[in-house]
Parts: sequence; structure tokens; C-alpha cells
Amino acid sequence: MNTLNLLESQLDPNQAAINEICAAGEPWVKQIKRGQKFRIVDLEGNQAVDTLFYNASNALEHYSATDTIRRQNRLYLSAGSKLYSNSGNAMLTIIADTCGQHDTLGGACAAESNTVRYALEKFPMHNCRDNFLHALAHDPLCQQLGMSKRDLPSNINFFMNVPVTKAGGLEFVDGLSAPGKYVEMRAEMDVIILISNCPQLNNPCNAYHPTPIRLLIWD
Amino acid sequence: MNRQNTLIWKQSIPGGCHWSGIIRRGTTLRLTDVNGGANAAVLFFNQEEKLERYNMADTLKSQHTFHLTKGHACHSDMGRIFCCITADTVGWNDTVCGLSDAHLIQQKYGAARYQEHRNQMFRNGLDSLLIELGKWGLGMRDIVANINFFSKVTADALGELTFHAGNSKAGDYIDLSFVMNTLMVLSTAPHPLDSGKSYQPGAIHLELFDTPPEAVTECLRIAENIRALHNTQHFYCGNMT
Repeated sequence: MNTLNLLESQLDPNQAAINEICAAGEPWVKQIKRGQKFRIVDLEGNQAVDTLFYNASNALEHYSATDTIRRQNRLYLSAGSKLYSNSGNAMLTIIADTCGQHDTLGGACAAESNTVRYALEKFPMHNCRDNFLHALAHDPLCQQLGMSKRDLPSNINFFMNVPVTKAGGLEFVDGLSAPGKYVEMRAEMDVIILISNCPQLNNPCNAYHPTPIRLLIWD
Repeated sequence: MNRQNTLIWKQSIPGGCHWSGIIRRGTTLRLTDVNGGANAAVLFFNQEEKLERYNMADTLKSQHTFHLTKGHACHSDMGRIFCCITADTVGWNDTVCGLSDAHLIQQKYGAARYQEHRNQMFRNGLDSLLIELGKWGLGMRDIVANINFFSKVTADALGELTFHAGNSKAGDYIDLSFVMNTLMVLSTAPHPLDSGKSYQPGAIHLELFDTPPEAVTECLRIAENIRALHNTQHFYCGNMT
């Protein structure tokens, strides 16, 4: 096992301006201002949290997996990682992390990809892209920016473990995360957070049992 | 694929240039690295419904791979396949590092604008694809994680990346056998992690052939690809490619 880059936060949850629960399998949208700090807590462990970030005034600028990967020469996210936009701007910086490794490659599950990955009969199962599209259709923050499926790039999967081998293999495996582990980031610009608390039941990314997450924001 | 398959058209793309076009299902596009060290940044879109596009995550996780080579398929975000990689003498094609952009090219190689350098000016991957996308009514919202054919980037256990210079040799080629009518946009600007000290993007050659019978079976050793091809055939009313 490699040494993980773990860093605890000094922030007090009792001082948080926002402290909410997002139930298993649901979307969650919030705007945070530059300088605010945002924490996701994996309450019960091994819960993939599919996450996208948008410039709060212009959805054309959003989190970019390829910019985040190539600008830091690294696949995984942990304390100190910056989350870059498709315009090359640092949108957020990870300032604390008790999990140690988060995925940039796995993207979001969808009804269509579930038919490919598991079985044609999996089409009706709830999935992250449905959550994203539901949020885009209903959330005022997303509506104001005129967002659609076209604005859904490849997302971060917090708490998900997708190791890549030197030979070029890739697997979804049981998570490094555990109950109470968290990741915390500071916004470097005003951003909209779009989350799907992943409902996937067909692989170990949620330990076959999706669970709620806690979301905290500090001024 | 043998050379005797019917050649439909061919096109040379100098290094640093860009191209786009519709590739019909049932045809195979051969990309050849002319001098070695080329990079071909590529995105695919469904010609009929351009909201359907190449999806890096679905392509990788459906095939349990971090790299693309012969036997892999390029998946859309709608559970379908744009094309199968039916030949690859390179062995590793990157799909996670994205595109070079104007800032990166200037930082690494300096500035070379048209006024002084004419068509030897330095072009970058992002602006090149934006120009090609613009021809089809697409733009920045349609830039997603692309494939970098001919380029190899490996990751160690911590996820640290290494660019492998010289991965592709002169004459190396990749065959893409299309099973969807596909808009392909292409840039031959340098890979963003290219370790070369000077701006020397490699030229490529495109040749389009009729796909030989049974060619796509190359990709059907992966069960996920059988299901994705099933979805693709549904889209075209069940017709085999």
C-alpha cells in the first residue's frame, strides 16, 4: 500500500454556515463564493460522490478532468490538488482530505452506459446522469445559467477508488473510504456545485449499498 | 486490413494542422504517422444528433482499460460505439490528457504568429478543435476529454504521469472501423505533455477504405462491446454494419 496524502481539517462543523444531508441517490446543487470552504463527508463509507463545478456566472467554464490531470501530471486527487477549469483556472483547492485518493476518470453512471457495462436489462435503474439532468431541469441556479446535457463534462468521483496499472489497466475496486472520512476544498472563484450522490448498485463503488452524505460550507 | 481494400479517399494533414469530416458507418479510416512522434487529438460526434459524443469515462470503464489499442472500441455517452480500433501498430493511445492550448504552447515553445511565420505558425490543440467544431455549429460546450492517437502516457501507483516520447514510429498506423455515421474533428498539434523542447508537431496521413467483412469482430471479444454494438444497431433500425 502506498502512503496516502492525508490531512485533517481544523474547521468546526458547529461553525458551518450550511450543514445538510444529501440522501442516497439524490442530486444536490449549491453556490459557494470565492474563499468559502466546502466539505463532503462520506457518512457511512465507500460512497461515490459524482461532482461537477461551474463558474457561477458562466457555465461555459466548468471543471475539466483533462486540465486537472495534465496540469498537475497526476490522475488522482488528494490534499493540495487543484481542480482546474476548461479555461485553465484553478476553481477549487483541496485543503483537507482524510480519504487520500479520489477519482478523475470514472465519470458518471447513466442508463445507457449501464446497459453496456452490466446488462441490457439494467436500463431502468436510477443513475447519476439522471440526477444531473433532473437538477439541470429543476434547480434555479442551473436554469439561470441555461445549462443542458451539453454542459455535462467528465466529473470527479470523490471517495471512489479507480486504480490504474502501469500496464494500462483500470478497475473499479472497493473504496479506500470509510465512515466519517471527508474531503474539504476552498473555492478559488464563485462556483456552482452539482452533485449526484451515486445510486449505482452494480459495482463496488458504493459497496453495493448507496448511503447519505453530509455537506458543509464555511464562510 | 489489407491495402487491396478499396480506397475511397486520402488526405495529408501537416503537423499542427486541423481537419474535420463525416465518416460513414461501414468505412475504415487509417491514420498513419508519417515521420514518427505525431499526435492526433480527436473527438467524435453522432452526425445526426451531435449531443451524442465520445465519452472517455464510458470508453475506459466499459473496457477496463486506461489506454486504447486494437480490440478496443470508442464509446459514446449514449451506450453506443462510434468506431472499433481494428488495427494498431502503435500499441497505446492516450485519452486522459486532453489538449494543448495557446498558453501552454507559448510557454513551452515561445510565440510564432502568422505575420512572421506564415503557415509555420504555432497552433494549439484546443483552438484547432474549436475552429473545426465551429464549422459544424459546435463550440466550447462540445469540448470533452479527447483521444490522443499515437501518444502514450502511463501512470505509476500514485497516479503520477509519464509521457513516452517516440512512442509512435514513422509508418505506424491505426485503423478505425466506424459503425456510426460520425463527425470527427482532428488536430495534429503537440500532445500537452510532449517532452520535446521545440515545436515539431508530426504530420499524419488519412486514408478511408471500405471496412472488410468481419473486421469489427476484433472488438467483440469484450462483452461490453457486444452490448454497445447491439445498442448501435438499434439506432440504425437493426441493420448490421
